[in-house]
Amino acid sequence: MSEEFKRPDGRKVKETRKIVAKVGIIPNADGSAMFAFGDTIAIAAVYGPRKFHPQHQQNPEKGTLRCEYNMLSFSVSDRIRPGGNRRSAEISKITEWALEPVLMLDKYPNAVVDVYINIIQANASTRCAGINAAAMALAHAGIPMKGMVSSVSIGKLDKQIVVDVSKAEEDWEEGEGPTDIPMSFTSDGKMTHIQLDGKITQKQLEEAIDTAKEACAKIYDIQKNALKEVVNEK
Amino acid sequence: MTDEKRLVIPGEVIAEGNDYLPGEWTEKRGDEIVAIRYGLFEETDKLVKVIPISGTYQPRRGNVVIGKVENVLLNGWFIDIGTPENSFLPVSEVPRYVNRGELESVLDIGDMVIAKILNLSKKGIDLTIKSRGLERIDDGMILEVNSNRVPRVIGREGSMVNLIKKETGCEIVVGQNGIIWIKGSNIEDELKAKKAVLFVADNIFAHGLTEEVEKMFAKEKKNE
Repeated sequence: MSEEFKRPDGRKVKETRKIVAKVGIIPNADGSAMFAFGDTIAIAAVYGPRKFHPQHQQNPEKGTLRCEYNMLSFSVSDRIRPGGNRRSAEISKITEWALEPVLMLDKYPNAVVDVYINIIQANASTRCAGINAAAMALAHAGIPMKGMVSSVSIGKLDKQIVVDVSKAEEDWEEGEGPTDIPMSFTSDGKMTHIQLDGKITQKQLEEAIDTAKEACAKIYDIQKNALKEVVNEK
Repeated sequence: MTDEKRLVIPGEVIAEGNDYLPGEWTEKRGDEIVAIRYGLFEETDKLVKVIPISGTYQPRRGNVVIGKVENVLLNGWFIDIGTPENSFLPVSEVPRYVNRGELESVLDIGDMVIAKILNLSKKGIDLTIKSRGLERIDDGMILEVNSNRVPRVIGREGSMVNLIKKETGCEIVVGQNGIIWIKGSNIEDELKAKKAVLFVADNIFAHGLTEEVEKMFAKEKKNE
């Protein structure tokens, strides 16, 4: 079945869209990165560790990670109202949880690391692009980390597991319909984040996780190369 | 392991085996030594470490820094030197007697000051202006570079900054936090010095940078 399966954009089932990754795109930030899955483009800027205001939220035990995910109003074909909403608040929190396990913020008590993620163009999998960009930007900002984080969305279209869901696939209508599973892994293959929107059996979920791990290993290589490229230009 | 400095990313294995010692910004995991920060890899006598090339300023004791007065209290000043910790300059660390309630006459909010880090603790940073050359800045030019580029701007034993000083006739103080003060007899000299400093900061990876800067000055002289 997997050989014959036709995806709307003609990709193979385990093929991601064209990935572009760049580091150091925002000169004013302490660290910045861009990450794109085809038409989905995320840019991330990192500021800090810096003073944490309001002061009462400071944590004297370790530094705090604060993420802000934002979709720009022109990122989708139907203009979205600018500013935060329920969805962006959820994704901001999810991004924090996905990245926090690799960060070593115990060296910066009472401080905050701010991560601003902006989606400048969206075609599904925006949170995954955001997490990938944020991980690169955090490394670029010189934040001590145990490793990198790579993220990918796995889809189940009818009964077929596919890698990197696009908008057309998110709206799949045949058979069992679409299931979207965004996942994040550290560079040593530990999961830091998983979400599931739809229905899936336990067996297929296991298959989805293995597929995601494979895809994330490839994404990690791209992130690594992007981080190492910066200096060669100079 | 080659002489060429290579870039490493967090989580990357930079050395294997028990012969190596983990240095700054590295961690030992089993038999492997792993980088925990983005930067340049360096190995000296089996000691491996990572030299950061980006990120915010890491304060160290004895650093000369340039900061801005944030607040004036009864017993001292809070100075912003670009760290998440508060840095405090007590009145007792001012080289002359200051009358009570007249702290503003020494340093007021918004003033820039050259200071030295006296002490680092969990509570914050203590500063002093009791040494020579540490004082309030009244004129000249302030510019900012990434604090990780400061070593290149200063050069080996101050070679780079001394060259710029000699060529432009400006007085230059490079704060370890990346803030640089330039003071010359006229604006043109200051701008010349600023251009040279920014040139160095933009080309930290170039080889023979001092010669490059010398060439730049020679070219400018010809144009004049």
